[in-house]
Amino acid sequence: MDLLKAGFKEVKDAVTTKKISAVEVTKFFLARTEKLNPKLNAFIKMSDTALEDAAAIDKKISQGETVGPLAGVAFGIKDMLCTKGLRTTAGSKMLENFIPPYDATVVTRLKNAGVVVLGKLNQDEFAMGSSNETSYFGKCKNPWNEDYVPGGSSGGSASAQAARLAMGTIGTDTGGSIRQPSSFTGIVGVKPTYGRVSRYGIVAFASSLDQAGPMVSSVEDAALTLEVICGHDKMDSTTSQKPVPEFSKNLTTNIKGMKIGILKEYEKGVLHPDVEKTYRASLESLKKMGVEFVDVSVSLTEFAVPMYYLISASEASSNLARYDGVKYGFRADFKDLSSMNLDDFYSETRGQGFGTEVKRRIMLGTYCLSSGYFDAYYNKACQVRRMLRDQYVEAFKKCDAILSPVTTSPAFKLNERSKDTLAMYMNDIFTTSTNLAGLTGLSVPFGLSSEGLPIGMQLTGSHFEEQKILNIAYALESVSDVKGKTPHVF
Amino acid sequence: MSSNVERPQPKVYNSRGYEAVIGLEVHVQLKTVSKIFSADATNFESGDNENTSPISVGMPGTLPVVNKLVIEYAIKTGLALGCEIRKRSVFSRKNYFYPDLPKGYQISQYDLPICEKGEITFLVGDYEKRVGITRAHMEEDAGKSTHHGDATLLNYNRAGIPLLEIVSDPDIRTPQEAAEYGRAIRQVVRFLDVCDGNLEEGSMRCDCNVSVRKIGTEKFGTKVEIKNVNSFRFVEKAIEYEIERQIDEVEAGKKIVQETRLYDPDKNRTFSMRLKEDAQDYRYFPDPDLLPVILTDAQIQGIKSTLPELPIARAKRFHEKLGLPKTDATVLTDEKDLADYFEKAADICGNAKAASNWVMTDILRELNANKLAINQSPIKPEQLGNLISLIDKGAISGKIAKTVFVEMWKTGEAPEKIVQDKGLAQVSDTGAIEKMIDEVLAANVSQVAEYKAGRAKVFGFFVGAAMKASKGQANPDLVNEILKRKLDQA
Repeated sequence: MDLLKAGFKEVKDAVTTKKISAVEVTKFFLARTEKLNPKLNAFIKMSDTALEDAAAIDKKISQGETVGPLAGVAFGIKDMLCTKGLRTTAGSKMLENFIPPYDATVVTRLKNAGVVVLGKLNQDEFAMGSSNETSYFGKCKNPWNEDYVPGGSSGGSASAQAARLAMGTIGTDTGGSIRQPSSFTGIVGVKPTYGRVSRYGIVAFASSLDQAGPMVSSVEDAALTLEVICGHDKMDSTTSQKPVPEFSKNLTTNIKGMKIGILKEYEKGVLHPDVEKTYRASLESLKKMGVEFVDVSVSLTEFAVPMYYLISASEASSNLARYDGVKYGFRADFKDLSSMNLDDFYSETRGQGFGTEVKRRIMLGTYCLSSGYFDAYYNKACQVRRMLRDQYVEAFKKCDAILSPVTTSPAFKLNERSKDTLAMYMNDIFTTSTNLAGLTGLSVPFGLSSEGLPIGMQLTGSHFEEQKILNIAYALESVSDVKGKTPHVF
Repeated sequence: MSSNVERPQPKVYNSRGYEAVIGLEVHVQLKTVSKIFSADATNFESGDNENTSPISVGMPGTLPVVNKLVIEYAIKTGLALGCEIRKRSVFSRKNYFYPDLPKGYQISQYDLPICEKGEITFLVGDYEKRVGITRAHMEEDAGKSTHHGDATLLNYNRAGIPLLEIVSDPDIRTPQEAAEYGRAIRQVVRFLDVCDGNLEEGSMRCDCNVSVRKIGTEKFGTKVEIKNVNSFRFVEKAIEYEIERQIDEVEAGKKIVQETRLYDPDKNRTFSMRLKEDAQDYRYFPDPDLLPVILTDAQIQGIKSTLPELPIARAKRFHEKLGLPKTDATVLTDEKDLADYFEKAADICGNAKAASNWVMTDILRELNANKLAINQSPIKPEQLGNLISLIDKGAISGKIAKTVFVEMWKTGEAPEKIVQDKGLAQVSDTGAIEKMIDEVLAANVSQVAEYKAGRAKVFGFFVGAAMKASKGQANPDLVNEILKRKLDQA
């Protein structure tokens, strides 16, 4: 079995029938990480217990006990998700030494399904960024070309997955943080519908937008992961009671007759020629598969980026208030405590503990929520957000899914945009609407740029319609130009 | 009862031609076993930081899930105060930094509280006072900081304890009314069994808003808030002091500054804590981690049907239906347990007046002397009712009953058993009584002669002697009757 290519099902079957042990699988990925991670900086912390955890699964199998559907599958977890006894930093100095006494619900569910957690993955600090360049733990590289960013904020997940340092990874997506890096690195990344996946134990960035999802090598692996992590959680009031379909069993490439919406507003966008080419090619392929194209309009997408930054920064300014140096995490070093007042304590701790981008957003959000500005900014953004959602609900009466590029361009070079905040923010132009409207979206690799960088296509689905976009992605994947191609680090 | 007597009118407070305008914010700790947003215990006795979890200390990624009982208790209290119950109420975040506030925000309710527009009527001395309730909203308590020299210690046991903040209209005009208002609120929440009303343990806390204005002016003066007063006696004293202080200021030609003050009971004065200009901008916004609380009419009706009869209504019934004097009715309805005790005893014996007398004198005396609560009384209400029945049936005399009562208090035994064991049954055998009286008359010939000579007063001497001879067990009515007959015949 080729562990660089094998899907979850194949590995799980092999492990349960003892053709390979979970320990062997784990060792393989740990060795590969040891070799390649210094180049990529995808993992920022390895688990000390990965081999023990794998041995426990093998033991269960040898004792004839039932094991979960992902038995022996080795995962890397974005450092936004709390892992019991394993350092969780959210990519920040603020949590450099934080070891959670609990697992995020997503992690609990993965472990219960038999997943072995290899370690924790790099990311933009508190998931604020689109290039993984804001991480306190250093930049992460794109395995297709190390001069390029892997995208962000789930850059470590994307980089590790594309380089196959793990069989699967988990990312989080607040405004595109799963889909954009997935597109930049040629993997499949799904942002589930808001409320599909528990946020319990995931470091909060913007609570009304955050969702965790799989960043994996194939649509089938994504479906298998979703089956495990989706579903109601009594620890998160915002999770839905809706039953979770058997996504992987329902997968089909037969999408004949499905209606695919083309968003009028996105057609106006200025696309990089390679993205344009890939987009046209995907339309051509889908046409051959017998889908029907429908023009739809969601006029408020024009305001998606400003809306997104107002709402996400507002929520973040409140969510990040708990990092104050009092209970856990980083605390500024005070030589003389007696002369220190409380304001100094906070401003020094938070001033030293947070990076520039995080501070920028906390200030922006604090401003938006301040009395006198609340109605003009936060409240207005929320009103427009509800209207945007309504427009999408209308649009999805006419189509099963909306097809668009994920970003206007393929991966950009390291340092290329890190000084231009606005250019970096505009990266999110095609992805933020999905979060604002609470929809599901995914990126599926489809083309390659002239420089050999992967380009993904985005499918956006209506609330709780993950199956529809998974099926369309499954069909696109079968004819993708990226299929069988691997990054040069392989 | 129709009466032409004019009802006592509320007092007009007048100090140097000024009146006070007062509003109270009462924080009521709801008596739930677990906290408002986590499963942590709420008991007062636990050691420092024992009642905490990752949720209540605000660790990364943890989420609040609302305790349904808190909502139920809030609705109960709202209904008891005649409030409108909002069918869609929202939890909001109140953002500020303080070390005992674990998340950097308090989850509270802001523009959409669960209860609004109620009122409460209560007695202030001899007049009835009505105070409007602006709103009552649910929120979580913060932890507790204690300062020891350079160090501050934090105990988060209180963090997340459920509170209901009840805000009055500015209808209160005197310090005494303010204290009585607080007591009336306490009585209601204790009747509802949603709060133990224990001020020393912090189960209830008061903030008082006080302003003064020239009598006859409509416009309110600038208000000053006195925070965290922890007894109703201090509420009265703090407001008394504050009114005079404000009048002094105005009379001296100074302006009242909008500020928050604290009351020092040792010095009996208020002092400034912070000025309005330093007041924080709390940046309230709806908490995205919690769904709005949606209620149906049926749910509200369901809770309404569980409401007990409230003190004012119950006192009215005791007065009008059971014929108790108003003062007795008021004392007996001070606490629900006391009213229940009385009513059970009265039901058993069918003699409400006697039950009221026994409870108000004997029972309350013993409870106070032994520092017991009514439900800790060794004499159960059924037993007291039976004791009264024994008197009413003529089985024992009222005097003997007092002896039986003492025995009952000591042993907790049934009155019938005590009467039987101690041979205390009243003698109603006319033959035996006649014999005894004959002996008394024979032994006191000179007194008989005095009686005959017209000194009717001596009759009492014979009653006493006869009762003494019977060890108090002779039926006093029969003694009187036979004695009179015999003396007149003699």
